Amino acid sequence: MTTEHMNEIDQLRAEVLAAVNAASDMAALENVRVEALGKKGRVTGLMKNLGGMDPEARKTAGQALNTLKSEIETAIGARRTSLEAAALDAKLAHEKMDVTLPVRPEAKGSLHPIGQTMDEMAAIFGAMGFTVAEGPDVEDDFHNFTALNFPPGHPAREMHDTFFLPPAPDGNRYLLRTHTSPVQIRTMMGAKPPIRVIIPGRTYRCDYDMTHTPMFHQVEGLVIDTVTHMGHLKGCVQEFVRTFFGVDDLTVRFRPSYFPFTEPSAEMDIGCLRAGGELKIGNFGDWLEILGCGMVHPNVLKSCGLDPEVYQGFAFGMGVERLAMLKYGIPDLRTFFESDLRWLRHYGFAALDVPSLTGGLNR
Amino acid sequence: MKFTLSWLKDHLDTTANVDEIATKLTAIGLEVESLEDPAKNLSAFIVGHVLQADKHPNADRLKLCKVATGTETLQVVCGAPNARAGLKVVLARPGDVIPESGEKLKKGAIRGVESQGMMCSSRELKLGDDHDGIIELPDSAVVGAPVTSALKLDPVIEINLTPNRVDALGVRGVARDLAAAGLGKLKTMKDAAVAGTFPASRQIAMGVPSDQAHKCPQFVGRTIKGVKNGPSPAWLQDRLKAIGLRPVSALVDITQYLTIDLGRPLHAFDDAKLRGDVGPRLAKTGETLAALNGKTYTLDSEMVVIADEAGAQGIGGVMGGEPTSVSDVTTTIFLESALFDTSNIAATGRKLEINSDARYCFERGVDAASAVSGTEIATRMIIDVCGGEASQLVIGGAAPKPASAISFDPARVAKLGGVNVPEAEMKSIFERLGFTVSATATPWQITPPSWRSDVSVWQDLVEEVLRIHGYDNIAAVPMPRPAMPKPALNAKQRQVGLVRRALASRGLNETVTWSFLAKAHADLFANKAVTVPLANPISADLDVLRPSIVPNLIAGAGRNAARGLSDVGLFEIGPRFEGFKPGEQTLLAAGIRTGHTTARHWAGTRRAVDAMDAKADAIAVLETAGVSASGIQTSVGPENGTPDWLHPGRSGTLKQGNQVLAWFGEMHPRVLTALDVKGPVVAFEVALERIPEAKKKTGTAQPLLKASPYQPVERDFAFVVDGDVSAEAILRAVKNAERELITNIGLFDVYEGPNVGAGKKSVAITVTLQSKDATLADEQIEAVAKKIVGAVEKATGAQLRA
Repeated sequence: MTTEHMNEIDQLRAEVLAAVNAASDMAALENVRVEALGKKGRVTGLMKNLGGMDPEARKTAGQALNTLKSEIETAIGARRTSLEAAALDAKLAHEKMDVTLPVRPEAKGSLHPIGQTMDEMAAIFGAMGFTVAEGPDVEDDFHNFTALNFPPGHPAREMHDTFFLPPAPDGNRYLLRTHTSPVQIRTMMGAKPPIRVIIPGRTYRCDYDMTHTPMFHQVEGLVIDTVTHMGHLKGCVQEFVRTFFGVDDLTVRFRPSYFPFTEPSAEMDIGCLRAGGELKIGNFGDWLEILGCGMVHPNVLKSCGLDPEVYQGFAFGMGVERLAMLKYGIPDLRTFFESDLRWLRHYGFAALDVPSLTGGLNR
Repeated sequence: MKFTLSWLKDHLDTTANVDEIATKLTAIGLEVESLEDPAKNLSAFIVGHVLQADKHPNADRLKLCKVATGTETLQVVCGAPNARAGLKVVLARPGDVIPESGEKLKKGAIRGVESQGMMCSSRELKLGDDHDGIIELPDSAVVGAPVTSALKLDPVIEINLTPNRVDALGVRGVARDLAAAGLGKLKTMKDAAVAGTFPASRQIAMGVPSDQAHKCPQFVGRTIKGVKNGPSPAWLQDRLKAIGLRPVSALVDITQYLTIDLGRPLHAFDDAKLRGDVGPRLAKTGETLAALNGKTYTLDSEMVVIADEAGAQGIGGVMGGEPTSVSDVTTTIFLESALFDTSNIAATGRKLEINSDARYCFERGVDAASAVSGTEIATRMIIDVCGGEASQLVIGGAAPKPASAISFDPARVAKLGGVNVPEAEMKSIFERLGFTVSATATPWQITPPSWRSDVSVWQDLVEEVLRIHGYDNIAAVPMPRPAMPKPALNAKQRQVGLVRRALASRGLNETVTWSFLAKAHADLFANKAVTVPLANPISADLDVLRPSIVPNLIAGAGRNAARGLSDVGLFEIGPRFEGFKPGEQTLLAAGIRTGHTTARHWAGTRRAVDAMDAKADAIAVLETAGVSASGIQTSVGPENGTPDWLHPGRSGTLKQGNQVLAWFGEMHPRVLTALDVKGPVVAFEVALERIPEAKKKTGTAQPLLKASPYQPVERDFAFVVDGDVSAEAILRAVKNAERELITNIGLFDVYEGPNVGAGKKSVAITVTLQSKDATLADEQIEAVAKKIVGAVEKATGAQLRA
């Protein structure tokens, strides 16, 4: 190959590479490619001339032209990438949306505080080995009163303000349970001790004012075996209130009281503070009544076919709404049943907020 | 019950102050409901001495006084008519808080004259209602000393008596309990018999039939002649007033007093108004009696009356009669003291709606030995106050036999109570409470006193020991617990919990509504079944147990709409009621959606709720509860269990086999009109208990996933069918056409219009095919497609759309 040839190739390289870099869009770049590497392109033309050369010169010139071709292809590829990037940038520059717009609405559901509070109670008592038992809302006199040692005509019966149903086709007169205690009877009649159950549920009393609603919820506890005594009762409910309210050293006080179905009976108070119309749970010197409890009365055990000389245990009961009100600062009992969306959203809980001892019971 | 501190101290010799007494009362089960100690408000007030009382220069009715405080002399303007020189008064000085108003006294000018203090009336100090003049202190009061030293201030204690504490119905019983708890010594009761000097004016006629003799086992009477009735002495009136009772006359006040003092109701008849023998008998049905409260009662044959020959003169143990009551001119009385049956008194009082102190005592249980001793104490008091002369006693019947001894193993206190109390202390507690203890052998033999009818089993005795020893001394013991407790919830309970959270996560707000509602609303949802009424509803709009949860949810939505919230989604999990007996109820998960799916929005995603929203909620509930979606069929019409309160054309049920698990749809417009709520409203209910329990697995492992590695293929089909052919029929035909290769069926278009002809519709479905063994060949795909088309044609008369 002659020097002349080499100069020609060098010049072509310089011209084509300059044209590649100068191409301002894909069409121009394609023109450059066709002019250089197309069938009638300049590099192609030089390739065609190789046939007339002597073998030595053809080899040298062929190598040089191949190198040139590959250099041009690389340059065009690089230019194409950069032009594509620029074109995308230019396109994106016009693709705009106002991302400050509010998102498409999704309805947010909520859980009622009653169910959430019951779940919290189940988590705590579950850790103590209790299981959950349930029973019917419509009850008979035996399960609601007689078996629980409320003799007919007893003043304590009257204090329950019972809702009655008209006589049923079977001639009996049923009632709406006034407490969840009938499930104690159903449990003891249906299973052999040892028994550890909590009983959540709807309860009914014919009373409606600032602090009473005709329907409310209770959670009741029952433990029956041969050794559980009143110290265990105290330990159990003390541990419960401390965990439930999240106050580790919450003081509790037992006072003698009376329930027909327990003997001895007690009412439990927890420490609190009443100031400025607000109530705070904690060790502040004042007391707040929180639940009733006691050792299961021998007559109740007998009603369920258990020998009170052998079996013993305790029962306790508390109002779910009352505990929810105290824990979550809900001021008015009646609002629990009004289905006011503003209330449900404000005092309600998120669907995924599952109370557990591992995840915590306090929001 | 209420009493004052000084009254308590008539029976209790104690050095304890009122706060110590109150704390102990609560600790032994006599919960203090309120304690009003007037001295607490009056610590700053002092005794003043009026030196001079002149007319106010600018006001006729006011006086200008000079009042000595012991250290200075103040000028006080006073309007009281009894303000006069020489009087010792209660003086408030600037800065003192006046109990009645709760405000601090300020120095001020009254009608242009400076007043440097205030002389107080009873009412201003909250010591009584008297505001006619200022308090006149005794001359012995020391000027400048705190008024608490000069006033007889008697704190009032109110205790909340539990129904079992028959022993504490009277002040004396309270004192006895405090003494047993170590707070003093019970004073001896002066109950010696009063010797009768003449035979009683009449005999006792025990007229209750012997088979019901327990209704009034004993009746004690006595004539007292020569009494002079009139206002009772001041101390007696003060005590009655302090606890909110109204003094009437000496004779009445004494019986009122003893009811509170001893828990022993008595009744004094005007002897001149009685005819012949007196005693208890059953009332005659329809017999009437004008009672002391001014009302006339119609009695029935369950009730005991106190009657003479003329008729019923008192409702035994409840209330006396007006015609034979004592008056100012009464000179001879016939005093009655009897025993009645607790439950019969409770029933009588309840039927007649009389809440008297006598009923309160007798329905709980009056000391069975008190009929005679109560008569003697009352006689003594009547003669002391009213004079007169007592007859011999006349007694009908007899006091019931004393309770028999209870066997008591002292070890039970630790076993049941969880606290170790020394045996000597136990014995002492019983004896201080009046029990008779024979502790020579175990078990001990313990006999309750006549006033403890509530004690009958050894567990009662354990409570007595624990109560007096102190509940505070019971140590809290952690519950022995399993190393790793089992789940607290069973499978069904867990399922209900999951459903709650699933519905909330679908944007519904959980609510809780009454189990009852108005009959008119219940009837709309009864679906031709009976509704269950309440015999004694709390109000007319809550008088029937709910046959469905939906009406309550719609009512809730209506209230929200009234507040401007019309796009509402509510759900509740709870019972509906189907019958009168226990167990005739079904646990439902119910929900409604009203208005639009969302608020108005720029993206235009808002639409009105429709039946498919309710269906989606119901399916979500079923799937959460473990029902496989592929096993659910949608059916329509009442024959498939759709309730009649849903829109007949836009509702259905979800069934698994023959079992209806859920119903859903748009609300029937007739029902919405009746409930006065605007649509659209869609609703669903799922009967959670009807969902079959998941089959018990042998382990925790899921079945092995068999995912095919081969390419899935999608084929679309458009069928033209009659307008009333259900989508479900087409889908079922497709599914049954090829069970092996079809992995998914979707329905992506429904078209009705000119292109398919009148009464027809086009339904487009997409079918995904995939083999577990190989990539599907064209011929295989063609063969499946043919099977599908053939099956749909056969099942529904469909034509493949050209």
